[in-house]
Amino acid sequence: MRKTSLFAGSLLLATGLAASPLQADTLRLAIMGEPASLDPHKISGTWENDVVGDLFEGLVTEAADGERIPGVAESWEVSDDGTVYTFALREDAQWSDGTPVTAGDFVFAFRRILDPATAASYAYLLYPVENAEAVYADEAEPSTLGIEAVDERTLRITLERSTPYFLDQLAHYTAYPLPKHVVEEYGDDWSKPEHMVSNGAFALQDWQSQTRIEATRNPHFHDAENVALDEVVYFPIEERNTALNRFRAGEIDIAREFPTQQYDWLKENLPEAVQVAPYLGIYYYALNIRDGHATTDPRIREALSLAVRREVITDKILGTGEQPAYSFVPPDVAHYEGPESDIAEMSQEARLERAKMLIEEAGYGPDQPLELQLRYNTSEDHRKVAIALAAMWKPLGVEVELYNSEVAVHYADMRQGDFDVARAGWIGDYNDAQNFLSLLESGVANNYGAYSNAEFDTLMDQAAETQDMDTRAELMSEAEALALEDSAVLPLYYYVSRNLVSPDLSGWQTNIEDIHRSRWIDFED
Amino acid sequence: MLRYTLKRLLMAVPTLLIVITLSFFLMHLAPGGPFDGERQLPAEIEANLLATYHLDDPIWKQYLIYMGNLLQGDLGPSFKYKDFTVTELVAQGFPVSLELGFWAIGLALLIGLPLGIIAALKRNSTVDYLVMGTALAGVAIPNFVIAPLLALVFGVFLAWLPVGGWNDGAWPNLVLPVVALSIQQIAYIARMMRASMIEVLGSHFIRTARAKGLTETEVIRRHAIRPAMLPVVSYLGPAIAGIITGSVVIEQIFGIPGIGRYFVQAALNRDYTLVMGTVVFYGALIVLLNLIVDLIYSALDPQIRYDD
Repeated sequence: MRKTSLFAGSLLLATGLAASPLQADTLRLAIMGEPASLDPHKISGTWENDVVGDLFEGLVTEAADGERIPGVAESWEVSDDGTVYTFALREDAQWSDGTPVTAGDFVFAFRRILDPATAASYAYLLYPVENAEAVYADEAEPSTLGIEAVDERTLRITLERSTPYFLDQLAHYTAYPLPKHVVEEYGDDWSKPEHMVSNGAFALQDWQSQTRIEATRNPHFHDAENVALDEVVYFPIEERNTALNRFRAGEIDIAREFPTQQYDWLKENLPEAVQVAPYLGIYYYALNIRDGHATTDPRIREALSLAVRREVITDKILGTGEQPAYSFVPPDVAHYEGPESDIAEMSQEARLERAKMLIEEAGYGPDQPLELQLRYNTSEDHRKVAIALAAMWKPLGVEVELYNSEVAVHYADMRQGDFDVARAGWIGDYNDAQNFLSLLESGVANNYGAYSNAEFDTLMDQAAETQDMDTRAELMSEAEALALEDSAVLPLYYYVSRNLVSPDLSGWQTNIEDIHRSRWIDFED
Repeated sequence: MLRYTLKRLLMAVPTLLIVITLSFFLMHLAPGGPFDGERQLPAEIEANLLATYHLDDPIWKQYLIYMGNLLQGDLGPSFKYKDFTVTELVAQGFPVSLELGFWAIGLALLIGLPLGIIAALKRNSTVDYLVMGTALAGVAIPNFVIAPLLALVFGVFLAWLPVGGWNDGAWPNLVLPVVALSIQQIAYIARMMRASMIEVLGSHFIRTARAKGLTETEVIRRHAIRPAMLPVVSYLGPAIAGIITGSVVIEQIFGIPGIGRYFVQAALNRDYTLVMGTVVFYGALIVLLNLIVDLIYSALDPQIRYDD
């Protein structure tokens, strides 16, 4: 068992904090925002996941490296057609008040999140479950939902159709069980610290709004003997520089983000603490393909994409290890091999030459400048990238009007189709190429540029019907190749996760989803 | 005096009503809504969310619902912080901002007033230039520069004080944010006090006081300071309202759970109920503090009397 470092100890004494409850095996974790709620049905942010994922456990759960391992479910069987999952729940699964976790708690939770009265914004993640969409739309009775408690320890989930990523998704907080006995007793107040009961490695003790959330080891957790930490304290810190300063001062052990501008300094001075890894996200520009925009012309879209020097953006402008993106699905996504990109292979000169030719063919050029409105939402990094794009497009005779607005306005305008090119980003809901590629299907809500290609849609539909993972991946890869050929969007770079982790800790493993459960973390002796 | 106070409080009702009404409609005029974000929700989910918060009703109906709830003291649920009502958020955050603001204003007065008086008495001396030069720097350097500097020097390098956090208002956690918050106020108050003091020292009643043969200390203590404080007092009304409702910059940098952040975040999130809650709260506070300032005025200046 380890004590807080000498440095931090002297700090505590010097500042009269010695009486504070922080003690030996307490992990102090800076999360990047104040949780909207600790009710798994009312959240949508990664920082909320950091807390709620320590408090609860789904049928399957995440190992230290993000791989899915059995959680509340001990084992499961999947029907041959991939639509019926039967889970055997472990004997020793208990809520933090000692009550057993039953199949009924899962049925209760699934019906609750899909009840329109809960107003869960993330409910659609459970749409693969039979009748989920109809139940949410109030067109079917909750009892018709494809989830059933066969007995206390057996749970059966029926899907609309085979969904290969469904098992991975069951680790997500939308699929956690809820303590039926507590929610029924306290209603919406059940998630307050004085009432909350959870089934994860840690149990909520206190939540001081905007200050700290405290959770202690849950003695009723089935794997409690392997949980090293006694307590986790989460500090919501939105300001990244503050998180860095507090990390440097020894006030926190893990910061879930650090300011990008400090990356060089950190590499120099805290190399052991910096954890940068590929992340399940893509930073791209949407190109408006609605009538009346020059970007409906595929030649113009391709030219714009060709002229962008992605390496300059990732290395010179950002410089935190981001990878230039020539495709839409990030590398390292599970069970997927993306198509080769033609652009990536070309030299910069060849790209620019071809871009100029395409622009000319489309009827534009230095004498006939193409005027584009580029929109981005307020952020220093977005602004730098936008300015860089405008400069890179200049040699094509493209005149860019930069238009900046705060995030709510930005996305509201994008939905209205009021832009030529606009910054967008996507962080995967689950580790599957489908989650990215579905953004390019016709008529999908987040298909900002209104890209529509019947062949693409057909391939995606076929993939959805396919159970064989390899064939499915090939179909999706084919679809992605089509979208890239069409220059449906302009991918710029793949995101990275950025964490500061005290070298005194063990058990931290980087992973593409950037999910880190505190049950795997320990202080090194 | 009592009648005057009651009259002023009654007059506050239409004032607040206008403020609330204007804010309500301006807020809804702003483009973007509470559920616009990077992730567009499926249509039925968005429709359901809008219905849950009555946002699909015509605007006049939303206004009437809001005013009806407000009259019953209900500020509504926060759209963003779903586990809390707006009243709860304000009730949790305000004591923190109040405590921080109290110390900051106290410190500012304690240092700012004497500095201003000394500078006025030693007008055009080295002391005067030194004080006013420092004050000018204090006014000019924004707190988003001072605060991180303080945190870096005293928190990270010297490790004398915690870099951030509230810790139930323990004094080590208070020092840096209070200092950061008061530096600008010290500078303002010192400058204001100096100017006002110089003016008062040149007035007839001071000449009379000196002619009576009072010592210079007596003149200043008994006759000059009180009237010289009038501009500072009238400045303090809105300044206190501003400071005790928190500073988004200071709260973000030091991680303090006050209500200052809500003024900015609520607007950016289009958290309509929270925006209105902060407007109502701040508006009422301004009205109240202005009234208090006017009452103090009458105590400080014998020429002002409110008994009609």
